[in-house]
Amino acid sequence: MSNTSGGILRPLARIRGGVEAMHQKAGSDIVTVDMPIPDTVVIPMSQSIGAPCDPLVKPGDHVDVGQKIGDSQRPVSAPVHASVSGTVKSVSEVHLANGMISKAVTIESDGLMTTSEEVRVPVVKSFDDLIHAVRECGLVGLGGAGFPTHAKLSSAFSGTTKVDTLIINAAECEPYICVDNRECIEHPQDILNGIEALQKWCGFEQVIIGVEDNKPKAFDTLKRIAESDDEADDRIKLMALRSHYPQGAEKMMILVTTGRKVPPGKLPSDVGCVVMNVQTVAVLGRYLETGMPLVTRSVTVDGTAVGKTMNVRVPVGTNIQQLIDFCGGFTKTPKKILFGGPMMGIALSYTDAPVCKQNNAILAFADGPEIDTEEKDCIRCGRCAAACPMNLVPAEIERYTKIRNLEGLQAAGVTVCMECGSCAYHCPAKRALVQYMRLGKQLLREGAQKK
Amino acid sequence: MNERLTVSASPHVRSHTTTRSIMLDVIIALAPAGIVSVIYYGARALMLIILSVLFSVLFEYLARRIMKRSNTINDLSAVVTGLLIAYNVPPTLPWWIILIGDFIAIVIVKQMFGGIGQNFVNPAITARIVLMTSFPVYMTGFVLPFAGADAVTQATPLAGLKGIPGAESISGALADSAVPKLSDLFLGLHGGSLGEVCALALILGFIYLLVRKVITPVIPACFIGTVAVIMLIAGKGSFSFMLSEILSGGLLLGAFFMATDYTTSPINTKGRAVFGIGCGILTCLIRLFGSLPEGVSFSIILMNILVPHIERLTRTKPFGTLDPKKEAAR
Repeated sequence: MSNTSGGILRPLARIRGGVEAMHQKAGSDIVTVDMPIPDTVVIPMSQSIGAPCDPLVKPGDHVDVGQKIGDSQRPVSAPVHASVSGTVKSVSEVHLANGMISKAVTIESDGLMTTSEEVRVPVVKSFDDLIHAVRECGLVGLGGAGFPTHAKLSSAFSGTTKVDTLIINAAECEPYICVDNRECIEHPQDILNGIEALQKWCGFEQVIIGVEDNKPKAFDTLKRIAESDDEADDRIKLMALRSHYPQGAEKMMILVTTGRKVPPGKLPSDVGCVVMNVQTVAVLGRYLETGMPLVTRSVTVDGTAVGKTMNVRVPVGTNIQQLIDFCGGFTKTPKKILFGGPMMGIALSYTDAPVCKQNNAILAFADGPEIDTEEKDCIRCGRCAAACPMNLVPAEIERYTKIRNLEGLQAAGVTVCMECGSCAYHCPAKRALVQYMRLGKQLLREGAQKK
Repeated sequence: MNERLTVSASPHVRSHTTTRSIMLDVIIALAPAGIVSVIYYGARALMLIILSVLFSVLFEYLARRIMKRSNTINDLSAVVTGLLIAYNVPPTLPWWIILIGDFIAIVIVKQMFGGIGQNFVNPAITARIVLMTSFPVYMTGFVLPFAGADAVTQATPLAGLKGIPGAESISGALADSAVPKLSDLFLGLHGGSLGEVCALALILGFIYLLVRKVITPVIPACFIGTVAVIMLIAGKGSFSFMLSEILSGGLLLGAFFMATDYTTSPINTKGRAVFGIGCGILTCLIRLFGSLPEGVSFSIILMNILVPHIERLTRTKPFGTLDPKKEAAR
């Protein structure tokens, strides 16, 4: 290939706009530690995009680690498993961090962490076996989107377009978050195992691992992975990306690694690609080795109000406040607590909520200039349009949203907005542009329903 | 938990650029031209600049107050407008006329249409045009720099350039005319409005705006580039005629600081190019065929009005949109 230097691929394209140089990766050299077993975990039945699960246990039942406690027959849904062993205390509705209300199973831990009998190394002999295994693992996109992985894979290979490229997303372009970086450094073999299984059963012609240049250690370990594959058929390639938010977004990742553009309303598989977060692949690799489903996940805890910057491996369902307390608690009065990164994360109004599968960071900030921003009048400077990686004009969409002009919203292309926040980041009038984008999409959905 | 947490839509980090910081950058960029005008024309220039800024801010404050809207003088946009109005008048202008200009710009053009970001034409340019058509004699009281209090009114270089394209020999006509040497035009040693005479000062400000990323070079480049091409043709290939046209009148001030006004110029690059080229063509048409010597203000205001249409016609396609022609070919 022409775009290589020393076996490392060079990006085939650059993303438009976005935000550059705001790494804030204080946790990148901090080794991931295990959270002590919590007394209780609250495991929501809705932890992914798609249908919520139905609880399979009732109060008083004994459960072990890895036991399936919730599942659904709907195609877009991933089962959930017990993350501790103990007794089911209640099955009730709880508030999730994003404000949604979901059914959840509360488990009181017996402190033993007994592994469930259900945990068995899966036997994968075909593509369908792999999809089944991915589903039984309860795997969802761990980069933050939380789309059920088995649904993504099976839909990608049910279309007419030949899917030839697997892109492993290790860009981790959101500031502060370091869990993907740590995963690469700490568990390269799991990543390789996951990639090899996917490649073997899905028949990808090439695998491109994309990593940004602000993670040199992760880059070096991934390079060894890519090289270890060289003797065989050299299908796994590493690509060094210049740090640039929101390069880790699916469509952006496909653009820089393959030069292909996913048209509006289309899926990555329509251009022959599947993008998977590096941690998702690592969890799959581990599941195929051990049979232990997705019951823990790594979370970066950081921010000016938190005692210690840490990367913590947390049982799913752990209380967010307990996690923060484990990281030294609040050393300053928190003014804003985020579930996820500062660009796309959700601001919490309470910390009494469980850590979910797709939760990659908890950030707490004390008073700062970012906390309260007063919205001023738009001066039409065009910074939002210049910043938009999707080539939209957010100020125009805001206008259409306000006057509820559905034709205008459609013509302005609001539906392709991925809510990366680059427009609002750059807006000198500090307008809540992402909010207007979401509202615009909502208006279009409502309009479509009325018809 | 008892703490009060802030809940807001993402993103939770913002750049440090604010409306105020942008306006401050524009003020800094306009400073060299202002300093030069005070050096050239003395205390009168200083007085006009200060008066214009003060009254612009005052009108902004009062207009917002009377309309029961938030106070916006802190965004410094009124200061920029005040400066630009002062830069667009001759040094001999009676002080009360500039107040009329400030009133028109701030109250009528800007606040009555909803304040910053809402006006459909450039406030300072509109003020200049209203003053120009209402007080033509006062507005053309141009004097040479360092002329002192009892200076004689001078024609601007543009008036001298007016007849030249029709002449047999461009260079001969240029030499015979009252048009100053190129070096004098560049340094501003000729008659003109306060802020427009010194090309050097304006270029310094322009470079500052580019470095600070306040503006992109698209509009100025297309505007001046178009004027250069048309004037080169009109001047039968004479570079000194073309350069005289570029350095005379309000072209640089207009192209750098007024055509680039965010509110009244297109938001995307393609639209900005169309806008700049349109400004250039109109300026040349007025300068070459119109009865007025200067066309920059009228060209910008005419293009301002076309901005919504330009934006509609140059709308960008969302990422990945398939080209219907290419699709049909496949």
